[in-house]
Amino acid sequence: MTTVEELRLRIRELENELIKSKQKQSDAEHHLRPKIDKMSAEVVDSNPYSRLMALKRMGIVQDYERIRSYSVAVVGVGGVGSVTAEMLTRCGIGKLLLFDYDKVELANMNRLFFQPHQAGLSKVQAAEHTLRNINPDVAFETHNYNITTMDNFTHFMERISHGGLEGKPVDLILSCVDNFEARMAINTACNELGQTWMESGVSENAVSGHIQLIIPGETACFACAPPLVVAANIDEKTLKKDGVCAASLPTTMGVVAGLLVQNVLKYLLGFGTVSYYLGYNAMQDFFPSMAMKANPQCDNAHCRRQQEEYKKKEAEQPKQEVVEEEEEVVHEDNEWGIELVSEVSEAELQDASGPVPDLPEGINVAYTIPKKDGVSGDTVEETEQSLEELMAQMKNM
Amino acid sequence: MADEATRKAVSDIPLLKTNSGPRDKELWVQRLREEYLALIKYVENNKAADNDWFRLESNKEGTRWFGKCWYIHELLKYEFDLEFDIPVTYPATAPEVAIPELDGKTAKMYRGGKICLTDHFKPLWARNVPKFGLAHLMALGLGPWLAVEIPDLIAKGIIEHKEQQNS
Ligand SMILES: [Zn+2]
Repeated sequence: MTTVEELRLRIRELENELIKSKQKQSDAEHHLRPKIDKMSAEVVDSNPYSRLMALKRMGIVQDYERIRSYSVAVVGVGGVGSVTAEMLTRCGIGKLLLFDYDKVELANMNRLFFQPHQAGLSKVQAAEHTLRNINPDVAFETHNYNITTMDNFTHFMERISHGGLEGKPVDLILSCVDNFEARMAINTACNELGQTWMESGVSENAVSGHIQLIIPGETACFACAPPLVVAANIDEKTLKKDGVCAASLPTTMGVVAGLLVQNVLKYLLGFGTVSYYLGYNAMQDFFPSMAMKANPQCDNAHCRRQQEEYKKKEAEQPKQEVVEEEEEVVHEDNEWGIELVSEVSEAELQDASGPVPDLPEGINVAYTIPKKDGVSGDTVEETEQSLEELMAQMKNM
Repeated sequence: MADEATRKAVSDIPLLKTNSGPRDKELWVQRLREEYLALIKYVENNKAADNDWFRLESNKEGTRWFGKCWYIHELLKYEFDLEFDIPVTYPATAPEVAIPELDGKTAKMYRGGKICLTDHFKPLWARNVPKFGLAHLMALGLGPWLAVEIPDLIAKGIIEHKEQQNS
């Protein structure tokens, strides 16, 4: 039982907390700078854009202000996505759309961006609050849901098509999610809409990562080949995965977010060379890179449709010098030189001579898929029962 | 990939034929019928082998699934609610099965109580699209997970038998 005295103390504690939080809030409001209409290159300590606009004077970027005309969707506001969103906010991006269904937890505090007092808030809400304080010129739109379920996916597609500035499609989607299902969902949406996107990822052992630019129909989509992994060159026998699902390091996530946003800036503002696939092996500090064409036999029908359209468009264009050297996906069986990572057992290795794309050193496929038929056996026996009858039968078992 | 008993159980589950997901309207109804046929057969097999261990049902669209699974340890039955959504990319990607009441109790889970499947599961699923369905997910994903995690959680005193809790 709680005594009256204890309750009094608790009330006083809470009152103090309330005062502190009110102070903090008024501080924040006080420091909120007014919006800036036009980016200026003037070097004064009150101009948040002077060092970015200096890129123009130095001849690195032709037209930096253009960044304000772009909208970018960040899917997954975790270790990589939150830092990505912060970098884009500081760079003065026009609009950010944030998608995540998760809440901030104290278990996330080994990562950058979120703070302990935000625990319990939705990640998108907490992120918007912080980011708006950093740069009130950016427009924000947040969605606190899981994009892989039916209703949310439809809404997600709609926002991708109309959530950009002035109701235009977004210019780029950044996948900063941590699971295969969400990546496939983004891939599905982008193939259907012909939407360019960038994939990013950090391995579950936290010591490798990658970024990838996907232009539907042109470069390999996420379903064109089995998932790619950056080899970390760890002796698999010493790698223990028992007892935990995933490790994470703020360093690796920060590096991957940095590589991702660098590629975004180069892509949007047109400077340097845009990477198609860039890996990061933290153990050896090795950065393998490559480009991979779309697979004409991709399982995703919209990917194949986009490839047809891309081919037509290419044929109509006057021949241009091809600068980018691309490597073709190999489709025959590959009995030799199959490089597989730990995830595959000896027995599986033997019956696993599925096609392997031609990959540079340091990049592997997570697994291969042999020519269609995995297991064989009896298929379900057709009956006259309707779905409702089957549902009822299952329920009564 | 899995022990002999699991292999046998999986080989007795009928394979599915229709490659369609929840966005495919009519074909999805056909796929759902096959899902239910395979699940019914699997539960019948389990009962016949005296190893009945789960029940599943869905909303009428077949996009949201829920049910119970149980595990017998030292003659005591430990029962848990389970749930999952069918992702729009199903059957290319398997659903993420969650046991919300165990969230935060084991490191072999992702947020929201989603169970962490072995490294062998994903390649195996990918190679058997669209033949594997929810019954296979139960047999190859949730079943082996329970068999490893539940005894461990009981040994560590993290979960208790519910009747003991009441007394
Ligand atoms: Zn593709």
